[in-house]
Amino acid sequence: MKGRDLAELAVRNLREALLRNSLTTIGISVGVASLVAMLSLGVGLQDLASDRLARTGLFDAIFVTPRSAAAAYRGAGLSPTEPPKSLDEEARREMAALPNVIEVYPDIRFPIEIHYAGNSYATVAAGVAPSARKDGAFDGMKGSFFSGPSADETILQIDLARQLSDSPDALVGKDLSVRYAERQPLPPDPSSGRSESDGFSIVPKEKSLHIVGIVETEPAGGIGSLGRGRLLLPLQLAETLRTARTNDVRDLLRDAPNRHSYESLTVRVNDPPKVKAVEDSIKQMGFTAFSLLDASKSLSLVFTVFDLFLGIFGSLALVVASLGIVNTLVMAILERRREIGILKALGASDKDVRSLFFVEAGAMGSLGGLLGVSIGWLIGKGIDFGTDVYLKGRNLPAIHVTAVPWWMVAAAITFSIVVSLAAGIYPASRAARLDPVEALRYE
Amino acid sequence: MTNNKAMAIQSDRVARHYQMGETLVRAVDDVSVEIRAGEFVALLGSSGSGKSTLLNLMAGLDRPTSGAIFAEGRNLAEMRSEELAKHRSHTIGIVFQAFNLLPRMTLEENVELPLRLAEVDHEERKARVREAIERVHLTARLTHRPSELSGGEQQRTALARALVNRPSILLADEPTGNLDSSTGEEIMHLLDEINKTGMTIVMVTHERPRAERFARRIIVMSDGKIVSDGGVL
Repeated sequence: MKGRDLAELAVRNLREALLRNSLTTIGISVGVASLVAMLSLGVGLQDLASDRLARTGLFDAIFVTPRSAAAAYRGAGLSPTEPPKSLDEEARREMAALPNVIEVYPDIRFPIEIHYAGNSYATVAAGVAPSARKDGAFDGMKGSFFSGPSADETILQIDLARQLSDSPDALVGKDLSVRYAERQPLPPDPSSGRSESDGFSIVPKEKSLHIVGIVETEPAGGIGSLGRGRLLLPLQLAETLRTARTNDVRDLLRDAPNRHSYESLTVRVNDPPKVKAVEDSIKQMGFTAFSLLDASKSLSLVFTVFDLFLGIFGSLALVVASLGIVNTLVMAILERRREIGILKALGASDKDVRSLFFVEAGAMGSLGGLLGVSIGWLIGKGIDFGTDVYLKGRNLPAIHVTAVPWWMVAAAITFSIVVSLAAGIYPASRAARLDPVEALRYE
Repeated sequence: MTNNKAMAIQSDRVARHYQMGETLVRAVDDVSVEIRAGEFVALLGSSGSGKSTLLNLMAGLDRPTSGAIFAEGRNLAEMRSEELAKHRSHTIGIVFQAFNLLPRMTLEENVELPLRLAEVDHEERKARVREAIERVHLTARLTHRPSELSGGEQQRTALARALVNRPSILLADEPTGNLDSSTGEEIMHLLDEINKTGMTIVMVTHERPRAERFARRIIVMSDGKIVSDGGVL
């Protein structure tokens, strides 16, 4: 029998026992809905975690330090045979030229003294790269991000803002003054016979900054650096301030007091999976590189296992629903025994009869799958709504904890059809094997 | 036995035995019969004589326990299930005592059903259905369901359904058994008309007078055996 005729007969048969077939289809849809709801929660939580982590800027970033510095931190000391490669402007350009690298910026942080409303506060300032604007740390910030890469503007971390004022939000739009230590090269000593300066002096400097925003945390604070910045500056501005930093002393000892090397650099890659290759290239350049990719992989593994178990629990309902299909189709065979006999007498082959029952099972599976995905999606929306209400009650921003991607829609409907067809195997084979003479005798 | 194209149906010591508990029922026992193309044969016999079982064997609905049964030269006993389905679809048409129409389908849809099973094209199907329905004079009842038709109309519908695939052999199992006398007459006249077009008809009946009036040959069965074969009249 042709596919179209099979489908027409199957639909006609399904409409004959509308209530029973509808109930069976609803059973399948409940199974699919439970599967979709479970998986959407798993995928949604995974997406949420991945998104939050990605927005920290930790998983697409590589933190680079001079090899000797890293060794010194570990207490290994300096190597007498290999002179450490300097993490200077040249190295920065070299890294920026690597494939898939979108940005290389130094980690600039330095001690400052804030003067505001007649009081002084000692804290740490940090330069913020323009790309940090997309970081989760700036979600829900008061005010706005820097207007330009070298604007005389600052964003305050909330704890610092609270120290400065009882109403921290009111600080946005006001100005404050910061004192910092500027490194100034000394003029060359004529008695040494060298044309370059032998050292530098550190002098206090003062600068007025316009407060444009207040943020909860510093982006990526503490990972690539030793401290957390509480007063944030545009990175370019922070670089032009020529502030005195720890490695200035090291540069002085290496007889290159004004060569200006960086303590560390952050290398951002356009795609987290490419972090490893870039990291290896940087290591080959003679630097120590570190990324959180391994942590990301572990997280992904945890969520994969989580999704697997949610999927298994969700599928149980669908497996139970498939028994409903078996029951419905076996009942249909009993009811339509004579009809099967007539079909066979008129020339239907075993394959035709088997196909007819398969199409009926598949139709219930497809319809149940579509309905189930819709119900599962609605359950997900309900969970999101409930979560939003709960979070709003606690003054937290709204988030989506469920997600129904297209692959899940396609997979759930396919799974539903496959389970339904599997459930139809026994009834379809039984119907196909019916002896036409016996079937025609059946009243 | 050799194949013979002039032979519509030929059985060679065909038997169909059933095991019912400890009893072996010999529904058809060692029957050899030859039915030539274009014959109108009546299989007569009392209930349980084996005539319907023999008809089922000819239709390929049942398989013989032993012996051979040929339809248009092909041994049905050796055919695979799919081949038997094709035989039922293309070579024979069957009419039952109980009409066996599908109740949820209209007259037209019931007649169209064998064409769907035979995978005949949609356009040709329409033409063949009209032709078959016209042949049994039911064009005014196309959209009626079986429950809206009289017994005679239902049997004529079943007849149209049996003819729609243009089979060479028509097998009728008590076609007038559920009909009153005058309606039964109508059906018999239809069968007679059909036979005159050259179609072979094998009709199971227990009504001897009607069989004698319309059939050209009468075979009488008893206890699974042929007890008399009237030959061609």
